[in-house]
Amino acid sequence: MKYRLESRLIMILMLGSIISLAGCNGNSHENGESSMDIEVNGKINAQLTSPPFVPDPIGSRPAKQVIVDMEILEQEGQMANGVSYIYWTFGGSVPGSFIRTRVGDEVEFTLKNHPDNKLPHNIDLHAVTGPGGGASSSFVAPGHEITFSFKTLNPGLYVYHCATAPVGMHIANGMYGLILVEPAGGYPKVDKEYYIMQGDFYTKGNNGEPGLQPFDMQKAIDEHADYVVFNGATDALTGDNAITAEVGETIRLFVGNGGPNLTSSFHVIGEIFDKVYVEGGKLINHDVQTTLIPAGGAAIVEFKVEAPGTFVLVDHAIFRAFNKGALGMLKVTGEDNPSVYSGTIQEGIYQPEGGIIQTMPGNKGAPEAPIAQSVSERIEMGKQIYARTCLACHQEEGQGIPNAFPPLAKADYLNDDVERAIAIVLHGKTGEITVNGKNYNSVMTAQSLTDEQVANVLTYVYSSWGNSGVEVTPTMVTKVKSSH
Amino acid sequence: MVKLKYIIAFLGLFSLSLTGICQTPTAMKPIKGGTMLPLYGLDSSKVWVDDFLLDEYPVTNQQYLDFVKNYPEWQKFNVKSIFADGNYLYNWRGNRQLGENMNPNSPITNVSWFAAKAFCACQDKRLPSVDEWELAAKANETKPNAENDSLFNQRIIESYETPNTYSKTVGSTYQNYWGVYDMHGLVWEWTSDFNSVLISGESRQDGDADRNLFCAGAAISASNLRDYAAFMRYAFRGSIKADYNIKNLGFRCARTN
Repeated sequence: MKYRLESRLIMILMLGSIISLAGCNGNSHENGESSMDIEVNGKINAQLTSPPFVPDPIGSRPAKQVIVDMEILEQEGQMANGVSYIYWTFGGSVPGSFIRTRVGDEVEFTLKNHPDNKLPHNIDLHAVTGPGGGASSSFVAPGHEITFSFKTLNPGLYVYHCATAPVGMHIANGMYGLILVEPAGGYPKVDKEYYIMQGDFYTKGNNGEPGLQPFDMQKAIDEHADYVVFNGATDALTGDNAITAEVGETIRLFVGNGGPNLTSSFHVIGEIFDKVYVEGGKLINHDVQTTLIPAGGAAIVEFKVEAPGTFVLVDHAIFRAFNKGALGMLKVTGEDNPSVYSGTIQEGIYQPEGGIIQTMPGNKGAPEAPIAQSVSERIEMGKQIYARTCLACHQEEGQGIPNAFPPLAKADYLNDDVERAIAIVLHGKTGEITVNGKNYNSVMTAQSLTDEQVANVLTYVYSSWGNSGVEVTPTMVTKVKSSH
Repeated sequence: MVKLKYIIAFLGLFSLSLTGICQTPTAMKPIKGGTMLPLYGLDSSKVWVDDFLLDEYPVTNQQYLDFVKNYPEWQKFNVKSIFADGNYLYNWRGNRQLGENMNPNSPITNVSWFAAKAFCACQDKRLPSVDEWELAAKANETKPNAENDSLFNQRIIESYETPNTYSKTVGSTYQNYWGVYDMHGLVWEWTSDFNSVLISGESRQDGDADRNLFCAGAAISASNLRDYAAFMRYAFRGSIKADYNIKNLGFRCARTN
């Protein structure tokens, strides 16, 4: 034995490196049995954070007894602009406080049900191995608290939620969150980490109807969501609430889906996930565009941001993003990097098959586009163009979409300057503008419309929804076009 | 001499309480009995409920104050801890004083099951059973049984979500078919056998009957809104113990006809 050790140094070095690799990956605690043998060493209070923030990484700390103290609050909050909702929360936020542990920790969990609450609650943590995931031991009436403990056996990102009857309603009102169990030694270091959780909401009034909206059980049973949002509200991750990073940084998102009903097709517009810890477990996939996150499931996604700009987080079941609120923003600041993304290099005119519009033999040519003979005809024609061209973003009643597309209805930006409006329809618009006191920073493409069509659609817009009623004529459009 | 005075006073108080001078009793309304389907489920689980009388309103703060004036053992600082935990009459200022800003005509809350039982007994009444309470509560304004009325059920669920309804005045919600007020919309109410459905009150593993109240059962057995509103009540009842005192839990009394 001794002879071998001395004479085969290379062999030992190889062995050593294999062992240390295994240690880094947490493989030494691969199955539940070995995790059960991890001894705890000392006691700490868990740092709990509200979304989109996460507690500090566990790094190299040994397994400990971790004290978690969580309060359940039933409280009113804002779902969307002018729309409020009674949320049921773990720790006062939707999703609930983020809990960060490592494999082998012994978690002593105290659940407190605030005396003002009307209902009993409990907690089912998917990270718990035991009956009900803790739910059977944590059922607690208002004005009472309950303590139970568990050992974290399997590393990964797990959902927790309330499991009191009617379970669907407790989850639909926001009672879910994430608990992370890091492998020994922790996940590799990154520059920024954030906490995002999708949820679907069912309100008595339809999407956008103002006021305090009660939960609608029938819609929930039918799975007709009025809102699908990240972090409990349509603006939880947009505007000033956007998450941020610098060019060159690596971002790790802990993404969960509370449901209750809908599966998320999580996607970041303009990014590719370098790494996805599939379903929050150990399997790592690379170069992923969209990752599926089931209701009651989670995923960890990582990517390096190479270019500055606003990257939009969506559920790529895309009507949920643009019509129901499943939209968030990652604002990346730093130097442009033209080798990664050039921006527009050149704009030109594209005319297929040469510069002349060709006609089939025997065809008498396309019918002349109709010309409006009166203001009312102009409005009527403009309405049709609006429905085809503008409605998708600016919406049926010109109300726009909060934080994404500015409103046209009673819009100061529109009514203050007709020529500017004409120019925007002709040439498009990029960059920040303020409409009715709110900032918007998105892109409107140039519209390929004739001068007549531009005049018609703008006259329709100006004559609708409480706007100034100005008539825009083709001559005005031509003037703006030639002045450019 | 002083001692004798006390004894006389004590005897006087005792005899008063014996003769049942408690507080102004609430008027009662007759409820017609019949078969009842408790919570959810199968026809085989139907139960029979006899005719009974039920208080028109939940017991108020003022009525409870009058009661404890005559029964010092139920006063805030005198109550035995096995009969009521530390939240008993939590907002009261003293043994004979309601809390600041407490409406005398709001329902009494933060009372234990033991206290509620003693209050009713003092009027020769008792707490209603779960089945009696549920029978009376399924009536809306016009029908004795509105459990399949989706609007009625949606209204009940909404009231369960609305905060601070305990501070409303009794009689401020709706009067149902039987002439009884506030069965939904003010407070949860104690029942005599509140804990008979869930044996331990906190487990999905006690047995099939109890498991139905949680995850699996709620998904499989509940098919309509009526079930969901009922689930919330049964879950609430399952979470409490007889010495608990909760801000949104009051009571009213019943009597066998």
